[in-house]
Amino acid sequence: MSLLDFARGPAFHVAILIFVFGVVWRLVGVFLLRRNRDLSPARAGHLLEGGMRAILMRSLPPHELEKHIVFQHASGYGWHIAYFAAFLLFGPHMPFIRQFLGFTWPTLPNTWCLALAAIALALLIVLLLRRIVNPVLKRITSVDDYISSVVTMLPLITGIAANAHVQLFGVRYEELLALHVLSVCALLIWFPFGKLMHLFLAFPARFQAGVLLQRKGVEA
Amino acid sequence: MDRMNQSVAEALAARGVSRRGFMKFCATTASLMALPPTLIPTIAAALEKAKRPSVIWLPFQECTGCTESLTRSNAPSIESLIFESISLDYQETLQAAAGFAAEEARNAAMEANWGQYLLAIDGSIPLGNPGYSTIGGVSNLDMLKHAAEGAKAIVAIGTCAAFGGLPNAHPNPTGAVAVSDIVKNKPIINISGCPPLPVAITGVLMQFLVFGQLPELDALGRPKVFFGQTIHDRCYRRPFYERGQFAESFDDEGAKHGWCLFKLGCKGPTTYNACATVKWNMATSFPIEAGHGCIGCSQPHFWDAGGFYEPLSTTRWGGWKQLGIAAAAGAAVGAAAALATRAGTGAAKKEEKTS
Repeated sequence: MSLLDFARGPAFHVAILIFVFGVVWRLVGVFLLRRNRDLSPARAGHLLEGGMRAILMRSLPPHELEKHIVFQHASGYGWHIAYFAAFLLFGPHMPFIRQFLGFTWPTLPNTWCLALAAIALALLIVLLLRRIVNPVLKRITSVDDYISSVVTMLPLITGIAANAHVQLFGVRYEELLALHVLSVCALLIWFPFGKLMHLFLAFPARFQAGVLLQRKGVEA
Repeated sequence: MDRMNQSVAEALAARGVSRRGFMKFCATTASLMALPPTLIPTIAAALEKAKRPSVIWLPFQECTGCTESLTRSNAPSIESLIFESISLDYQETLQAAAGFAAEEARNAAMEANWGQYLLAIDGSIPLGNPGYSTIGGVSNLDMLKHAAEGAKAIVAIGTCAAFGGLPNAHPNPTGAVAVSDIVKNKPIINISGCPPLPVAITGVLMQFLVFGQLPELDALGRPKVFFGQTIHDRCYRRPFYERGQFAESFDDEGAKHGWCLFKLGCKGPTTYNACATVKWNMATSFPIEAGHGCIGCSQPHFWDAGGFYEPLSTTRWGGWKQLGIAAAAGAAVGAAAALATRAGTGAAKKEEKTS
């Protein structure tokens, strides 16, 4: 069995099973946690509206900090958008997506996706370096952050190399493709157990916080 | 002049090939082998002097497609003339002799050229039972071991001889293996393909004739000059791949416009061969040009590497049922963890109240 066959076969199979198992475990575990009983009547109604507002407002930079976090905020949005666009609009990814969804959508020329992936990777590298260089960020950065950053970057690095048919250190195309799939496997396996779970938990958490604040009558 | 002692050039002249035709052949050979034009006179001079080397061609578990590819590519081709211009002392499909006489001729040729002949093999070697494939009552394994002992080098022609090929496909009922799995002490050149390109076969023979040495090989023992690049790298449909223009089925507008066949399972990106440049049938076409994706026939285990129509970017992920089971297991573990946490916090609160 070649490395590519291993990556596309057993490795991906195990990785996606771990991913689904881990994500459901985390979600069910979080959603079934005990919540304190409400001991006072709600000070304001429209709790759902408060929850939805929090999702929106907490996705924007707070006014008082706006000037100081422009780069962090913009780069965060920038790499997320570029990352997902490169993944979802790259033509050769479509057979992979069709396997799960049963349908596809129009895609971009490969060069555009290559540029998007390069932008995402460049921003991720800058943000990672910033974490290492900035003393405050460094202090609040855990091993989880570093691992999450690296496993997020690996599919980009291997994908760019494979797409460009760049022979890195004499590694041939099929091996680069295998490494690309294996890097996705690493991402899937790490995903449920690290901070990457924010993909599923960020919006519910903001919603929950919004509902609580609304209940207490807090303008936030 | 004794046919056996003719040089290659003399043999070609005897076949009616002009000096101009001979020089054109030398130029083509230099081009195919990626040699500079300045070496064309060297090739010509070497061929003029070169005595026809003895070649023993043994067919094992094979379909004769490799021989057909070489001899019927077009008739008569310069390749086939050159093929006649080596001393092909044993080739079951092409030789007139049969039975005991043929085996005697092979033994005599091997004995006369012991240590000097080029051994060409097509077909895989069954290890499961010696009786699965025999020639004159001798098993393929025994015949290969004996013939390899006296060979200067071995050319494994076709994917069966090079990598086990179709007989080696799962569940491999005959225990088929490649030549390189058995012979370890001789130089082996793999010219893979199902069938291999005729010019790849003649190119290797020419290199052997002209320089007395074998060509530079890749990690799989194939001549780099023919197997150094992927089909995808040299495919005329590559620009469509880069533009994101793909045929979604074999009869849609994309297919009619000649767009990339990646989504229809083309294995061009992972297949190393010269089909896209040399092409087939007098450089008329090759599978992708005919509208079908590359099936990767020059790669090891191509038969077992997923479906021919399965795109390279697909995975074998197990299906929704397995993901459902994984989700159910995750839900059970998550619920158990949450209940355990609830029980813990409940007990702590109770303790806090009583204390």
